[in-house]
Amino acid sequence: MNTWHKLKWPIIALALVLLFNFIFSSGFFQVEIKNGRLYGSLIDILHRAAPVMLISLGMTLVIATGGIDLSVGSVMAIAGAVAALLLTKTEQPVAMVIIISLAVSFLFGVWNGTLVGLFGITPIVATLILMVSGRGIAQLLTDGQIVTFDNSAFEFIGRGALLGLPFTIWLVLFTFILLTVFTKKTAVGLFIEATGDNEKASAYAGVNTNVVKMLVYAICSLLAGLAGLIVATDIKAADANNAGQWIELDAILAVVIGGTALTGGRFFFAGSLLGATLIQALTTTILTRGVPVQWTLVVKALVIIAVCLLQSETFRRFILPRWKKVTV
Amino acid sequence: MSDPTHLPLLQLRGISKSFPGVKALAEVDFTVRRGEVHALMGENGAGKSTLIKVLTGVYQRDGGSALFDAHDINPKTPQDAQRIGISTVYQEVNLIPHLSVAENICLGRQRSKFGFLNWREIRRRAEKAMARLGIAVDVAETVANCSIAIQQLVAIARALDIDAKLLILDEPTSSLDEKEVERLFGVMRKLKDEGLGIVFVTHFLDQVYAVSDRITVLRNGNFVGEYEAASLPRIELISKMMGKELSEADFKAADRKEHQRGETPLLHLENVGRRGSLKPLNLEIFEGEVLGLSGLLGSGRTETARLLFGVDQPDSGTTRLDGNPIKLKSPRQAMERKFGFCPEDRKTEAIIPNLSVRENIVLALQVNQGWMRYVSRAKQNELADKFIKALNIKTPHAEQPIRLLSGGNQQKVILARWLASHPRLLILDEPTRGIDVGAKLEIEKLVASLAGEGMAILFISSDLEEMVRNSHRVVVLRDRKKVCELQGGEISESAIMHAIAKAES
Ligand SMILES: Nc1ncnc2c1ncn2[C@@H]1O[C@H](COP(=O)(O)OP(=O)(O)OP(=O)(O)O)[C@@H](O)[C@H]1O
Ligand SMILES: [Mg+2]
Repeated sequence: MNTWHKLKWPIIALALVLLFNFIFSSGFFQVEIKNGRLYGSLIDILHRAAPVMLISLGMTLVIATGGIDLSVGSVMAIAGAVAALLLTKTEQPVAMVIIISLAVSFLFGVWNGTLVGLFGITPIVATLILMVSGRGIAQLLTDGQIVTFDNSAFEFIGRGALLGLPFTIWLVLFTFILLTVFTKKTAVGLFIEATGDNEKASAYAGVNTNVVKMLVYAICSLLAGLAGLIVATDIKAADANNAGQWIELDAILAVVIGGTALTGGRFFFAGSLLGATLIQALTTTILTRGVPVQWTLVVKALVIIAVCLLQSETFRRFILPRWKKVTV
Repeated sequence: MSDPTHLPLLQLRGISKSFPGVKALAEVDFTVRRGEVHALMGENGAGKSTLIKVLTGVYQRDGGSALFDAHDINPKTPQDAQRIGISTVYQEVNLIPHLSVAENICLGRQRSKFGFLNWREIRRRAEKAMARLGIAVDVAETVANCSIAIQQLVAIARALDIDAKLLILDEPTSSLDEKEVERLFGVMRKLKDEGLGIVFVTHFLDQVYAVSDRITVLRNGNFVGEYEAASLPRIELISKMMGKELSEADFKAADRKEHQRGETPLLHLENVGRRGSLKPLNLEIFEGEVLGLSGLLGSGRTETARLLFGVDQPDSGTTRLDGNPIKLKSPRQAMERKFGFCPEDRKTEAIIPNLSVRENIVLALQVNQGWMRYVSRAKQNELADKFIKALNIKTPHAEQPIRLLSGGNQQKVILARWLASHPRLLILDEPTRGIDVGAKLEIEKLVASLAGEGMAILFISSDLEEMVRNSHRVVVLRDRKKVCELQGGEISESAIMHAIAKAES
């Protein structure tokens, strides 16, 4: 009941978007099977949303501690660049390519976590440093060029399919389950929520709040790296200039729509996934409706503002009594 | 003198208020006359704070009527209530931590000339407001750096600073020492003579009888009755609050002055001090003993506790645990050695507001067990239910976020957190703050039995009576320095007071 209460408005918004498509876009709900793989707009939305979904899962944990990670887009670019370089310049097996690029992403997360946890730098400032310099690092790695590669085994990450579904969707599902188990079947979730809700009291109760922060930034960066690999395999290239640009904003929005408060505390993975899906569904709808490009951002913003307002207790208290009075 | 057509200042009739799962107020009547101090009494969770919040627009009432100064009122926000002349100090001190004392006192009330603030006047006004309570503090100091007692006084000063017809004080004295309480009472009596109505909530019965003219008792959200303070004996007041007949015998604390303490000290401080907060101190803490730490506001009691628990680090001296020197850099390290610390400032240092009662209780235990050894959900539920019962915590269920509990019940949950972790040394800084008379006795019994089982307990309280009842040994601090130590039969309120008052030689 509580979960429903939290997620009511994003679910309704998503349902409305789908309903709109049901009425106005013929074939939106069609799902075809080609070469043992499902195709269709719905599948496409989930597939396209996968990078934001992965990052939003990590961002959920960061935000739950009361922090924020602006550097995820740059970490994506770095992961893509590292992978592309390893594929084109070395003979590393694909597994090593993946492991090394994810490990690099993880280390950048540890860096963020160190700045925030150990040195007490404000998260927005600490991660801004990597947001700016990280893209520079990616550009240095690739000499400012788009590095293309051709490796079908590696490309499976972003283009492969498993049991009829895009592999990206499986990745999201797997990460979601893994993180849920990791946070709910150990004390990690409790410590994260406690730290975000009242850091001082948590520290007084013995929670190692520094390690908690280190952990969440590291996880967030690791997932950003994974998202970076998906994006790179999708275009078969590392594009240091554009990969992951502005994605932190979509991820943060997804988390907020999903019911995790920016002030920290309770977190909801499922809500974040729902938020990311809503954002992508909107984008896809706008694109397929042929709305002039300059309108897409405005429409997206309007829908999201509506969801956020309806979720806000203050707003509802302000508006609903008047509304009820009118209907009675 | 009483004119029959003259309406009382405030008349609440049939006030009801429910929250999900809780009927906080059921048809409560409450009347305050001009020029009286009216005590609002009841156990933890009886509905006192809720009644005040309904009256002042923090919550909207579900039913009933409110007549104030001959007008029907229904304030929608606390600002509304302030505008019509109701000034309130809420139980959970509501100051803005990063602003200065002066700004907190004058916030929203500054006169500005073309939008410019007159800082000199703000300062002067704040200093005057604090001086009225006999407190000399630097009003430029940030509130977050002030002790909880000073914060409480700032909140009171803020409430006194405006012209009001009704002044409401919800447990204003819970962190104050006798001296400050006396000052406050002086101000209250003066305001009363000027014709103000004053509502006063406290769990200290002495204080109730010292200033109140009338008493209204609530129990479980129900109105029990209104009484003249002078004609309601203390024991009867307690009976009315608890809803059962009591006799003096129920309040004789067990005689537990005899105790079995360890041979060698568990913890031994040699000249441990910290510049600016505590002068070098020698202290021995034994297993099986309740050591009381007494002294006035700012005498170094809390500072000692913080050094012991690793919140602050000493810059001189040695601390020995079981004879071995230790250096604690954080509370976490203290907990690794099985220490526990129930801090004084519940709101900022203890509760995790949005987490459930269950999670708040298991937190310290979970920390002791480590990240990966998750306390099973079944065990958590069992613990939560056990303490909810043992400490009589009033909550609809263990999953209720702790911030929705009444102040005293939050305090009980925090106590439960430390009891559940079962430390070797338990530091209790004002553990009964905001706790009602009945529960206080239960907690005192619990403290005694824990010491009986071999736990070392450091007990800090500004309530001398409680200090005398609970401690096997008392160390008195004054001006951040130890001035004397009392044992067994030497412990008495007068001995402690004497030690505190004794001029430095
Ligand atoms: N916002 C809220 N939501 C749900 N329950 C609440 C809320 N506020 C208060 N309650 C419940 O209402 C009851 C009365 O609480 P209240 O704070 O008025 O008690 P109180 O008499 O002030 O107690 P104390 O002496 O501990 O301060 C309690 O059981 C409390 O849990
Ligand atoms: Mg209260």
